[in-house]
Amino acid sequence: MSENTQATNQLPLQGAGGSREKILAAVKQNQPEPMELPDIAFLKGDPEGVIEKYSTTLTNVGGKVYRVSGYDEIARIVKEIYKPEDRILTLIPELSGITNEAFQPSLTAHHWENVDLAVIRGHFGVAENGAVWVTEELMGHRALPFITQYLAIVIKAEDIVPTMHEAYIRTADKTSYGYGVFIAGPSKTADIEQSLVIGAHGPRGMTVFILD
Amino acid sequence: MRVGLFIPCYVDQFYPNAAIATLQLLEKLGCEVVYPQNQTCCGQPMANSGFEHLTHGCNELFIKNFDGFDYIVAPSGSCVLHVRDHLHDEHQEAKAENIRNKVYELTTFLTDILKVESLPARFPHKVGVHQSCHGQRGLKISSMSELVAPSFSKPGSLLNMVKDIELIELNRIDECCGFGGTFCVAEEAVSSKMGKDRVADHLQHGAEYITGVDMSCLMHMEGILKRQGSNVKVMHIAEILNGVEN
Amino acid sequence: MNTGEKEHAELADVFNKDEARVNWHDETLWWIRAKRDRSVHQLPEWEDLRETASKIKFNVLSNLGTYLEQFEAQAKANGITVHWAADAKEHNEIVHRLISEQGVTQMVKSKSMLTEECHLNEYLAEHGIEVIDSDLGERIVQLAKEPPSHIVLPCIHKKKEEIGDLFHMYLGTPSNMSDPQFLTETARQHLRETFLTRKVALTGVNFAVAETGEFVVCTNEGNADMGAHLANVHIACMGIEKLIPQRKHLGVFLRLLTRSATGQPITTYSSHFKKPREGQQMHIVLVDNGRSVQLGREDFRNSLKCIRCGACMNTCPVYRRSGGHSYHNAVAGPIGSILAPNLDMRQYADLPFASTLCGSCSNVCPVKIDIHDQLYKWRQVLVKEGYAPTAKKIGMQVMTTTLNSPGIYRTAGKLGRIVMRLAPFAVNNGLNPWYKHRDMPTPPKESFGEWYKKNRK
Repeated sequence: MSENTQATNQLPLQGAGGSREKILAAVKQNQPEPMELPDIAFLKGDPEGVIEKYSTTLTNVGGKVYRVSGYDEIARIVKEIYKPEDRILTLIPELSGITNEAFQPSLTAHHWENVDLAVIRGHFGVAENGAVWVTEELMGHRALPFITQYLAIVIKAEDIVPTMHEAYIRTADKTSYGYGVFIAGPSKTADIEQSLVIGAHGPRGMTVFILD
Repeated sequence: MRVGLFIPCYVDQFYPNAAIATLQLLEKLGCEVVYPQNQTCCGQPMANSGFEHLTHGCNELFIKNFDGFDYIVAPSGSCVLHVRDHLHDEHQEAKAENIRNKVYELTTFLTDILKVESLPARFPHKVGVHQSCHGQRGLKISSMSELVAPSFSKPGSLLNMVKDIELIELNRIDECCGFGGTFCVAEEAVSSKMGKDRVADHLQHGAEYITGVDMSCLMHMEGILKRQGSNVKVMHIAEILNGVEN
Repeated sequence: MNTGEKEHAELADVFNKDEARVNWHDETLWWIRAKRDRSVHQLPEWEDLRETASKIKFNVLSNLGTYLEQFEAQAKANGITVHWAADAKEHNEIVHRLISEQGVTQMVKSKSMLTEECHLNEYLAEHGIEVIDSDLGERIVQLAKEPPSHIVLPCIHKKKEEIGDLFHMYLGTPSNMSDPQFLTETARQHLRETFLTRKVALTGVNFAVAETGEFVVCTNEGNADMGAHLANVHIACMGIEKLIPQRKHLGVFLRLLTRSATGQPITTYSSHFKKPREGQQMHIVLVDNGRSVQLGREDFRNSLKCIRCGACMNTCPVYRRSGGHSYHNAVAGPIGSILAPNLDMRQYADLPFASTLCGSCSNVCPVKIDIHDQLYKWRQVLVKEGYAPTAKKIGMQVMTTTLNSPGIYRTAGKLGRIVMRLAPFAVNNGLNPWYKHRDMPTPPKESFGEWYKKNRK
């Protein structure tokens, strides 16, 4: 890794002729009279039926959902779908039996380009949109959930919240991550004449195991 | 109740029947209606074209003609919206404000002020209702498809009082017809295409008449219908509610 | 594609020559509007969300200086290098420098309308840097050497056969292959190679949080993440107005954004970038480029609330029937028409007039920008600044004189109707733009005023 790629705050301040000062001065001069922030506490989701709602929504956006009672069941499902020669990685110790390749932490991710399945944990799900919140330390590497051909995430059934409002309340004191992402299903695009195609640049398919 | 009758310039010149129907309808509903004869235009064509600064004369004339009525009523959503939003006169702002608060589009006047609950009219035809944008989104005379809100329609509720009328469904219930004032000639291609598409929606659903609160929209759609050689006619809502013989 | 000095009306006229294509374009975008409607109607609190978002954005604009300083401090504390660019040129120079410092001449970029606004790709190309756009729609228009026509759906104006031809020409696919599945798979393989080899990745920013210094990038394709997580340097470019005050506000905006844009409850990926990856550099470029000027315009500053969802374009009956390229601006449609004149009144004087002021845009805007009111107000400004065509000025003067005088008005009306009745060819001809596709109204014998005088006085 060359010195050029070291993260640093020692790079000289940019902006020819003090653009920072120019911009801030212009903004402060032109901004209107202060207007108060609205209260958003009244925005809430309905906690009823979240597991059902989550499953339906994720399925509607192209994901697959399994409700499972334990890791053995997950392992069995994975073994049914994947062949011994498929390259599988997991960050979940309880599932180490699904693969014969131990995950090795790495600064780069390019060598995982041909991983067929990555199975990781998620923190919780969001019922209104089928998303899972995952932060860096659960991924092994930020690129892994994207570069893998297929992705599976394990969440607990009790960890499903109704809406994004609850999601941000839940993570309000868990903001020390360097990277986090809401993942809602497999990658996709409808850029070609609005025809939905599942599998764009990220995983071609995505499964969530809801663990009771 | 003394009502000043405000007739849009193009209705006065090209569609007098809509104005006559408005007058007769208001009188049947118990209003004393006066038509100030020196009125011309509300100034909207200039204002919407960026020439609001040329509308002082129109504003002054409007105030002169309409000062002193209990209400001012017009068979037009866009003209009423313009007056409500833009009637000002630095020398007589109090009068201007007074008028702004008292000027009403016809169907709103009937539902909100006169609180009409029945009409003796009969119109045994399939009718498509065009929701003119300025009346709908500007004056809120009916609900808007973009919003998550209860649906209602002041013109629709009045039309439903007319015997034997059949209101047709539409694919796009409140898409703009494309008239848009000087837009109709400045962006002729898009304007006429929008009008053509609106008309096609009504034709597809079997309309015999297309109605609405704004004659400008109807004039534009009529131009397209006639060019197509269609038998479908446009008719201002005032004429239907007034009970037109046909 | 260079539309030169042509204005919207002329470009729209050309667009309308192919009616079948206009119908296809119009129906495709209406369908997206319909998907948006179905999606938002599932949320009874939708209008509350809009109002809340609008108020949050008002607060942002009125405290923008403070929030910018707060964001910068937080981002720097997290290890992100913050740059400030006063204008497009400076933005391009900064990005160029950051690439050159790596000793590379290639970059992968995910969607950023800001970089379109700054013409970054062209600038970098002139300086020997190749940029590959990784968003599928953007890659397609890049191959076609066109700008995107929609801020969310870059190639909504392209048919799959045309895309197939582009891929055949530039990516070596067999000819006459237009199946979207096949084309997407081709793009996946082609761009995968790009992701794996580029050392520098550039992304846009959907939202930046002042409270925590993190920024959020929303994609369905996963291309922003594929680029950023595999590169040594991640450059994120954002307009200064993209800030939101607190992290919890993301809940409001993420619920509004994609439903407004395409009717989905959320994009597949809502990526929160906070610190550089270990061994990686992360940069954010804060760009003004006229935003601080717009901030000072009392009537137009609320256009800066925009979260670039594109809903206004989907609902606009004019946009659907004229296409994004008719607006000859990076951002087209209603929002483009109120943003662009701030940058260059002469070049964009036509845009606020490319509208019937129907108001549908304002109703779908998730942050309640009063778009159609601003279109009206821009018209007044542009005419006052002298950007009205002479013929129009004269016509308006004549109209004013006529309408200011009841006598002249009545005479003019009567004469007009007489001419139309006795000499219809005088108006029913090619010089009358109305007459091109519409018949003129039938002139009645008397005006209402004349009838009233005869029958009631």
